[in-house]
Amino acid sequence: MLSLDVKQVSKKYDTFELKEVSFQLEKGYIMGFIGANGAGKTTTIKLILNMIRIDSGEVQILGKNIAEHELELKQIIGCAFGDVEFYSRSKIKTLTDVIKRFYKNWNDDTYYSYLRRFKLDENKKISQLSTGMKVKYNLALALSHGAKLLILDEPTSGLDPVARDNLLEIFQELVSEGEISILFSTHITTDLEKCADFITFIENGRIVKSAEKEEFVASYRLLNGKENQLNEVKDKLISYKKNSFGFTGLIHAEDFDPGLEINAVIPSLEEIMIYFAKKEAMYV
Amino acid sequence: MNVAISNSSDKPIYQQIFEQISAQILKGELESGYVLPPIRQAAQELRVSIITVKKAWEELEHSGLIHTVTGKGCFVADFTPDQILQLRNDMVQGQMATDASYYKSFGLTIDEVIELLKKVY
Repeated sequence: MLSLDVKQVSKKYDTFELKEVSFQLEKGYIMGFIGANGAGKTTTIKLILNMIRIDSGEVQILGKNIAEHELELKQIIGCAFGDVEFYSRSKIKTLTDVIKRFYKNWNDDTYYSYLRRFKLDENKKISQLSTGMKVKYNLALALSHGAKLLILDEPTSGLDPVARDNLLEIFQELVSEGEISILFSTHITTDLEKCADFITFIENGRIVKSAEKEEFVASYRLLNGKENQLNEVKDKLISYKKNSFGFTGLIHAEDFDPGLEINAVIPSLEEIMIYFAKKEAMYV
Repeated sequence: MNVAISNSSDKPIYQQIFEQISAQILKGELESGYVLPPIRQAAQELRVSIITVKKAWEELEHSGLIHTVTGKGCFVADFTPDQILQLRNDMVQGQMATDASYYKSFGLTIDEVIELLKKVY
């Protein structure tokens, strides 16, 4: 069953356009949503949550259209946008008391067990929380109303390595029952190398590729060759860098002829992102 | 069952898991009938993605080392000693093929390789 189905979603602004964005997330899995700053990650997330009106296309969550069933679906979506920027001078307790009224399936026991687990003191003011604590508070809120789909925008940026690892462990625990799905955007790709099942890569408002993580990286090759070999593959490279030792470049695996004596390895997510960004720069 | 994953290795993680478990099966450390942990639980404990474990388990099944009983789990398969020997030889030969191409790249003959191998073995 699909937890999230984004179909051909487009949105046009004066200076930026999201064009026919499509991807699917199966129930019970983690999807990493990657892309450079300004590639359209947050816009896509806002469109999914019906916070911005879609020009064309459709978003379905657990089989229902978000625009038509917004109130019903928001009961089972948990979302976090990194920061809690509202009522920052109130205590956690006060804010939770307001928020929980919106949710039919709010469970106080679950909420307090997460507060304990995350070591959150409900008498602290929002403004006194560290970035990591705010993310955890957001998660505690999302998880206490029985969310089936978590949509998190950059939950790990701004966290130290220990807190990030901690959070990723929680993500894996959440999906382990097979009921909850997580979509999270990030530009820290190492977070995804281990825990994400699927990767969706957005570049300049378009989805470059959305696939299983291993299939995703295996569809590219990072070439490392001598300068005189560059001409043999130049036309097919997505982008390349030249230096006095030769060149390195990214290529689609199907475009690469293994008969050529060029060293080819499977790139990391980060390398894929970098070479795609370089391609943009080359043609501008 | 022991699995140690290296993030700095060039090998995909599912391949690492597959190789380590299959070695343990072939060495007899995991006996036939041994129940592998459920995929989602294994993923959580190994701190890898669910699909990675799924792939490793699929490879194991594909090689005939485990079999899946729907609703019950994955079990280490039954083997005759001949089968074990066959599977072990296949695996060792696979590794040898990789190593051989490395030796060939230095222009070594098989006799030279055997001489060198004798020194380190």
